[in-house]
Parts: sequence; structure tokens; C-alpha cells
Amino acid sequence: MSDDRANNLDVLSRRVNWKSTQMRARVRRRYWADRLFRLSGFSAVVIAGLFLLFLLGNIIQNGISGFMQTSIEIDIAFDPTLLPDPTLPPDQFSAALARADMQRLLRQALMAEFPNVSGRRDIIQLTRMLSSGARAQLRQVILKDPSVIGTTKRVRILASDEVDQVMKGNIDVGVSEENRKLQDKELAWLGRFQQEDRVSLSFHSRFITGGDSREPELVGVRGAITGSALTLLVTLLTAFPVGLAAAIYLEEFAPRNRFTDIIEVNINNLAAVPSIVFGLLGLAFFLGFMGMARSAPLVGGLTLALLTLPTIIISARAAIAAVPGSIRDAARGLGASPMQVAFHHVVPLAMPGIMTGTIIGMARALGESAPLLMIGMVAFIVDVPGGVNDPATVLPVQIYLWADSPERAFIEKTSAAIMVLLFFLISMNGLAIWLRQRFERKW
Amino acid sequence: MPDTAIDLQNTVGAQPKMSIRDVHVRYGETHAVKGINLDLYQDNVTALIGPSGCGKSTLLRCLNRMNDTIVDCSVEGSILLDGEDIYAKEIDVVQLRARVGMVFQKPNPFPKSVYDNVAYGPRIHGLATDRDALDEIVEASLEKAGLWHEVKDRLDHLGTTLSGGQQQRLCIARAIAVNPEVILMDEPCSSLDPIATARVEALIDELSGHYAIVIVTHSMQQAARVSQKTVFFHLGEMIEYGDTTQIFTAPRQERTRDYITGRFG
Amino acid sequence: MTNATIVVVLALMALIAFAVVRQRSVALVAGATDQLHSLPRYHGYYAALMVALPGLVVLVLWLISGKYIVENLILSGLPSALVDANAERLDLLVNRIRLIAENGVGLETDDAILDAAARFNSLYGRGIAATLVLTMAAAGAGYLYAVGKVAPLFRARTRFEKILHSMLALSSFLAIGITIGIIGSLIFESLRFFQQVPLEEFIFGLKWSPQTALRVDQIAAEGSFGAVPLFAGTFLISLIAMVVAGPIGLFAAIYLTQYASPRTRNFAKPILEILAGVPTVVYGFFAALTVAPLFRDLGMTLGLDIASESALVAGVVMGIMIIPFVSSLSDDALMAVPDAMKEGSLALGATPAETVMKVLLPSALPGIASAFLLAASRAVGETMIVVMAAGMRPNLTANPLEAVTTVTVQIVALLTGDQEFNSTKTLSAFALGLALFVTTLMLNIFALRLVRRYRQVYE
Repeated sequence: MSDDRANNLDVLSRRVNWKSTQMRARVRRRYWADRLFRLSGFSAVVIAGLFLLFLLGNIIQNGISGFMQTSIEIDIAFDPTLLPDPTLPPDQFSAALARADMQRLLRQALMAEFPNVSGRRDIIQLTRMLSSGARAQLRQVILKDPSVIGTTKRVRILASDEVDQVMKGNIDVGVSEENRKLQDKELAWLGRFQQEDRVSLSFHSRFITGGDSREPELVGVRGAITGSALTLLVTLLTAFPVGLAAAIYLEEFAPRNRFTDIIEVNINNLAAVPSIVFGLLGLAFFLGFMGMARSAPLVGGLTLALLTLPTIIISARAAIAAVPGSIRDAARGLGASPMQVAFHHVVPLAMPGIMTGTIIGMARALGESAPLLMIGMVAFIVDVPGGVNDPATVLPVQIYLWADSPERAFIEKTSAAIMVLLFFLISMNGLAIWLRQRFERKW
Repeated sequence: MPDTAIDLQNTVGAQPKMSIRDVHVRYGETHAVKGINLDLYQDNVTALIGPSGCGKSTLLRCLNRMNDTIVDCSVEGSILLDGEDIYAKEIDVVQLRARVGMVFQKPNPFPKSVYDNVAYGPRIHGLATDRDALDEIVEASLEKAGLWHEVKDRLDHLGTTLSGGQQQRLCIARAIAVNPEVILMDEPCSSLDPIATARVEALIDELSGHYAIVIVTHSMQQAARVSQKTVFFHLGEMIEYGDTTQIFTAPRQERTRDYITGRFG
Repeated sequence: MTNATIVVVLALMALIAFAVVRQRSVALVAGATDQLHSLPRYHGYYAALMVALPGLVVLVLWLISGKYIVENLILSGLPSALVDANAERLDLLVNRIRLIAENGVGLETDDAILDAAARFNSLYGRGIAATLVLTMAAAGAGYLYAVGKVAPLFRARTRFEKILHSMLALSSFLAIGITIGIIGSLIFESLRFFQQVPLEEFIFGLKWSPQTALRVDQIAAEGSFGAVPLFAGTFLISLIAMVVAGPIGLFAAIYLTQYASPRTRNFAKPILEILAGVPTVVYGFFAALTVAPLFRDLGMTLGLDIASESALVAGVVMGIMIIPFVSSLSDDALMAVPDAMKEGSLALGATPAETVMKVLLPSALPGIASAFLLAASRAVGETMIVVMAAGMRPNLTANPLEAVTTVTVQIVALLTGDQEFNSTKTLSAFALGLALFVTTLMLNIFALRLVRRYRQVYE
């Protein structure tokens, strides 16, 4: 053994004194560093969680009152001189009713409530406490029961959005008069209704069943929900079969060559293309080249189909690849053709996974708005769309439009619409998770 | 080498390096190790043999508390290192693992240079005060692992580019660089070819003079070649413990005999 | 009668073909189906495809070219005075006619146009009728062919499967078709844009003001199309987003993979996923309504003047949105490092933190870098948050407290509202779209390359 080597080995035979103060201090420092590191990691998770909590809490806090609306009970004298004769045949009666001056009926009722309010401007202000939907409301009351004509009846009428916001405490009435929309006079009138216990805040079903409107107290999400449903239907009917077919081909039939590689890389890249670029494609191809109708769920659905196709292909491929080869071998051993192996054995077994991926893709499409802005699904549309070629908007775009509106009351409406959207998203994802847990097999 | 020639009779009376006292290990519902009592001596190779799933690897991993990272694994009883319970509160895992090194079944060099692989331990434990000292430790460790002459010209190459046998010896060099007192080896040759295995076995033999070595192995020939003491495990229990020659030539227990003669396992 | 009618007719014909031919194949062997090469239903499937496919080809041809044919017929029939008056923008004239034809008279008073619209409708109706006839003829021919083929030894199943095979293949080629469509349409429209605006101005120009003049005599009637301020704004916001999402996402991934118990992990991972599942429009609303005033007030107490549409707000909220991308991709990268690395380090007495910093992170670095690139690509292409929370005015600044605008904001601004399709302004949106596509594509390709190389290390 050479000297050199002996020296060398000597380095290693020196025992480390782990109990020395230096060593102990060093280990303590290292543990501190570890704890700090761990704490940073934990904080990161907590911060992410708190962000989510803050986001959702904020939306719910703002939005829950959006489902409620203030009404004021007002004694309406259904003056027969202003209203059509109830003995008319129904179609003539309703046509005449549509022409009747409901505004005057309301004005008279309010002037009767406040006999000492006079002057044109004050009276206009007084009627402005009620929603502009009040006329339609009165019409409904009369249509439902024409016998009210000639009587006086206490009717619950929607208040204007400003009154509603004051009632919900969203507007600070403590600030000076010029800084708020509702003036002292109006507050005094409102105060009187309140004293008589005639102002009430209740669930506002119109928000669920109605279409869009310029007035926050009259808006509803049904038009947008229907638009979203029609759009998603188109997306599902196009993206699912094509995506499934592509996945089957790539997993079961495609030869392993350069071209297949290109397709795969291409699909992965498509999945990461910004959604707005798909909007540009939709605009140039479906609207520009094919000349299809703007703002229609058909075009929106096709555009979103292009967007979700890569997601569906990728998840369907994963589900198909998870089916073990032994099942294919068994089927082939019984004389099944490759096509029969795929369609009779592999695809049915992979179906739960494919469905899960599809639902998640659809949920993503449901939340998508940017590409739909490109193809004009951003118009103000009051009517609920009846078909895939009617102009329509979708829930996220509706949210975008409302978020842009200046009225204070639109904040709660927007938040409420977000709650509706999140409800659908959570339901869809819940369904996907349930499917996965219920049917997932471990091979 | 004078200090490798150990008189087995003498170690019996000596102070054991590690003592295992009535150790039970459970993974959730599974009772993997059932009441083991065993002493491990300095300057001595102890082989743990037995069929797969008999608990020998589990026991090995208790000796440097690698089981800590496994959730729902519980260890009962006591394991003493120089008379101190390594599961006691005041014992520090970081130091424990420096004193009780480990070599794994599959060579697992870090994707770093050969030098950095060996220097990793001394660096984190602060064993070298300057670059020269570190160089010295790295060279000595590689030398001791019989790898120095093979890698001295490519210390900056990735450890993962070495051959399998070299990688395993690199892992051994990495373990001895922190001056351990005990080295645990979990089937260190199971993924190596016969020539690499022979080299690693020779290395183990050479190292046995400096450390208490515990080796888990599937190969009875290997146990016979490298160890002085052998423990036979079966279904989580220690069936027999004794000098390696005795175990392989005159086992006292029937199950040991059956296993050694290849009747099961 | 509409296009839908044709589809229904075609479907019915295919169904009938299926039933008839299936029956026929059974009758051919007098019910002894074991004498057929293929099961009767495959004869049926084959016939149905033979009927549906030729019909579909005709229908698709009509859908693509029908409106163009009708438009050209209308144009040639228009009074020459009207054509001359609109010579420069014939496409606008056609649009006017089509709008009336599809949506009714509206406010149009020009009789020639009303007349043309009426002719459009009648021609289009005739076109549909002609297509229906042609479709039925093509389908009928296919039917006759299929019926002629039925024979006991006819390999209906093989034939059917061959067609099915090519249909499956075609579906997967569609993915390439989409890419070609994207690239094609972006390049096509961009080329038209670059005919009007020089490429250098777009790439190096420092001024973006696409407002073309209302009157011809106005100065700067052409507007300017320097995209630098837009890209600067995009990268500023993306950078802020990455500064927020990078560390939080990475540390979350480290905690969840290295420290957290399985229970914590099972609880925390879905929460992060929810963060990714919240629609971006919701983040945009949250940014504009809640975060912007919050930052403004905060800035006020610190003596900083933060614009209400500052890059900071948009960037921070976008950062929150992409935390899950960074964390889940980094999570995958860390999990892909073999356990043996971790054990090797721990067995040498390293603390978990040392193991992560010195062994796991260096090993997972390509994967983590790729995670960051993919997240950055997300940020660059993100639209709704910036549309709702960032500014509209181009601003070349590095100050995160000021309002900046981004590429996506400008695309939306240029293309929403009533626009003529061919103005320089609208075309510039496609040039921006092309630049955006190329940027994100390069980020993605680079990221995927990294991941692929990195996987090879351990496989």
C-alpha cells in the first residue's frame, strides 16, 4: 500500500464529531432552512386557496342579492275609461290592452298616494321610482283577471333599480345629495312606503326566466342559458364524433410513421393555441368564407368545436390507450376484424373515460367567451333564441356585457349570472368526477 | 490487511454497533416485521436472507429511518446505535443517516457530475472546510470504492453516463464520503451483471474492515461469499441467526435448511 | 325548404337503403345467412354509406359554393348604374343585398337593391331545390350500385370497414386541417393587411392608432399600425403574471409533492384545479370590480398613483389564473423524477429542502421550464381578463402602475361592434392574430421539446 493511498484513506477514517457545538449549530440551521422552505410551500398552497376563497366569496357576496328584487305595493285604480272593455273577445281585448296607456294608470295611482306632490318634474320623478317594466306588469295583472277593471287593487310593482339598490344597502344614502342618483325627495317617498310596510324584497324569478334587458331590474339569464345550450349542443354534436373517430384512428389504426407523429404534435400544439385565434378562424372561415349567419349558435358552436376537438382527442386517446392489450388479443383470437375489436370491445370499455374527457371539454367550452366575441355573439339580444340560426348570446358573454354596464345594479346581476354559470360548471365537473369514480377501472 | 481479518469469536463479547430490540413494523394492516432481536457488530458484514416479502428490506430501512418517508408505517420496539435509541425524539434523522449510510438496489447516482455526486454528502454536512479538503475526500472515497482510476479523468462527466457496475460503486463512494459508521446495502448487486457483481462483492469485502455492513440479498452464494454473520428471515420473523459458515453448513432450523437447499423461496 | 330538408331527405334515403339491402341479402340466400360472406347488417351498412356519401358530397359542394354562385348571378343582373356607383366596394353592396334577403326589408329604400334581394331569395331557393334533386340523384345512383353488388360472396363487411377506416383517418387529419385553416386564414388576411401597411411599420412602429379618419381631408387619415406598444403591454402583463404564478405555483407543487400528506394533497389539488376551471370572464370581472379599487386604495395609502386599469391589476389576476398551470405541470415534472433520486439524497442525510433544491429541482428543471413556458404562453394569449381589466390606450411603458393595452385587447376592440370586413382596421386584427399565434406556437413547441428531451433522460 502506497503512502499516498494510506493518507487518502486516513481522510475517511477520521470520525466526525456530530456532537460538537459547531455541528449541532449547523444541523439546527439546516433544519431551520428546511422548515422555512416547507412553510413557503405551505403558504403558496394557502395563498392559492385564499385567492379562490376570496374570488368566490366576493362573487357570492355581490351576487346573492341579484336573485332578489324590491317591489312596492301600490293601490292601483283600474280606471275603466283608460282600459278596454273586458267584454271584448279575448284577442281584441289583448290588442286593445297593448295600446292602453298604462303609464297614466300608474301616474294616477302614485298621485293618489301622494296628493301633495305636484309639478311635472316631481311627478315624473315619482313614477321613476317604479321600474319601466311596471306597465307590462299591470298588463299581465289585467290579462289574468279582466274583472279588476273598475276596481282598486293593491298590486306589487317592481321598483326601479336605484330604489332597489338603496333597499339592498348597496348605495350609501349618507353622502350628499348631488353624489347619488336618488334624491332626498325620493328617499322621503320611499320612506313612507317603508313605514307602511309596503316595500318588500323577494326572490325574483324573472332573473332565471327572462331575457336580456337594458334595465337591471328586468334582466334575466334565460336567453343566455338557451344560447349556451344551443351552442354547446352544436359543439357536442360535431366535436364528439369527430374527436372520438380521430382518437380511435390514432390509437388503434394509425401506422407509426412521420405523418402520424406530425398529427400528434399538431394536436398537442392546437390544444395550446389561444382561444381568440380560434375566434379569428371562425370569423374568417365560417362568416367570411362560408357566409354563415353572424351571432348564431351554429357558428359559435362550430368555432368552439374546433377549440375543444384537441382536448377531446387527447382525453379519448388516453382512455382508449388504458384498455389493456389482452382484451384486443382476446377479441382478435375469436376472429374479430380490427374494426370489430375497436367498436365492439375497446371503445365501449373506454367510454367512461371518453365521456369524462368530453364533459370536461364541454365545461371549458361553456366558460369560453373570447372566440365568441369575434363572431359577433356579443350583440344585445332580448329574445330567447329558438334555433341554432337565431341571433343569440351565451352566458359568459352575457356576463361580459353586463360587467360593462354602468348601472350600480348590474354589479349584482353580473355576479348572480356568474353564480349561475359556476353552478353549471360545477354540475358538469361533478358529473365528470362521478362518472370517473363510478366507472373507472384499474386494469 | 491486518484489520480485515476479524476473529469472529472475539466480536461476540464486544459492544454491538447497533442493537435491534423487539422491533415490529406495520404498514397499515400489514405486519411486516414481527419482533426482531438482533445485534450488529463493527467491522463485520451481516447478511439478511430470506424469500421475497419476508421483511428483510423493511427491517433494513428501519435502521436509518428511511421508513419515515412512508405514510402509515409504524415502528415499535427500539433500535440502538452505540446505545442510543435512533427513534428517540432528540435523535436527528439528518445526522443519523450520515452515520448510517445506504446503498440501494438500483444504482441511483444523481444527474450530476461524478465529482458532485461524491461531494454531495460532505457539502451538505459541511465536512470539508475548503475546496482542497473536498477534493481530498472525493478522491479518497473514489479510491476506497475502487473507482478512482476508472473515473479520475472524467470527474466532470455525468454520473449517469457510467456503466451499471461503476454507478453502483459510485453510489458506494458517495455513501462512504460522509464517514458513515454503518452501511446498509439493499440487494446492491441485483441489477448488475456477474462481472460487476464480483467487483462490488470484492469492494464489500474490502470495506468490511472499516464499517458495520448490513446487506440484504437474494443470492445465498453472495451471502456466503461476503458476510460473516447471516440472518434468515421468513414471513417477518427471524428464524435463525448465526455465523455464515454455520448457517450454510449446519442450519439449526428446518426452515433455514429448506430455504438453503432450495426447497422453497 | 332549407338545407336542413336535404339532410333529412338524405338520412331517410340511407335508412331505407339499409333496410332494403339488408332484407335483400337475406332473401338472396333464402334466410340461410351462414351462406353469406358478411352478415346481412353489413350489407345494409354498406348500402347506407353508398347512398349517404355521394349525397353528402353534393350537399357540401352546395354549402360551400352556393352563396357565391347566387351572389355572382345577382351582381351580373344588377343595373349597371348601381354597379358603377359602388364599383370600389362591390362586396359591401353584396352584403347589403344579403342582409335584406336574410333579415327583411328594414330601412332600405333603394328599389334596385330590394329587387336584387328578392331575386337573391328566389335564386337561393331554386338553388336549394336543384341541390335536393342532385343529392337525391347521387344518392339514388349509389343505391343502384349497392343493390347491384349484393351477392352471397360479396365482401360487404370488408368494404364497409375500409370506408369506415378512411372516415376515421379523415377525422384525425382534420386536426391538421384546423391548423392549416388557422395559418391559412391568418396569413391570407395578414397579406392583405401588409399590402396596405408596410411590414416594418407593423413590427418596429412605436405608434398604434388604428382609427382611420372620418373625413378624407383629416390629417393622418391612414392611422398608424406600429404593434410594438401592444407587444410591450402584452409582455409586461405576462411578466407580472409569471412573477405571481411562477413562485406560488412552483412552491405549491413542491409542497404538494414533497411535504404534504396524501390527504392534504387530495384536498389541495382539486382546489387548484377549480382555480383553473373558473372562466376567464369571471377573473376579468373580479379584476375590474374588486382588485382594481383595492390596489388603487392600497397605492393611495402608500403614496402611489395606480391607474384603475393598471397592468399590475390585470397581471396579478392573470397570475392567479395561471397558478394551477404552473403547479400541475411542475407537479408532473417533480413526480417524474425517480423516487430513487430522492431516497439517495435523503439516505445521505440531506434534509427534504436540500433534497428538493439540490437534487429534485435540477433533475426536473427541463420539465419545470416547460411548465413556465406553457403558462407564459397562456398569459400571452389570454383575452378576457385584459379586455376587462387592462386599458385600451397603447402605452409604451415598463411601469406596471400605468394602464397598458395588449394584443388581444386590440383584436377584440378591432373586431367587435359593427365593422366592415375589409377595412385596414379589421385586417390589422388578423395581422395581430398571426403575430400572437406565432409567439404562442414558438413557446409551446419549445416547451414540448424540452419535456420530450427531459423524458428521454429517465426512459
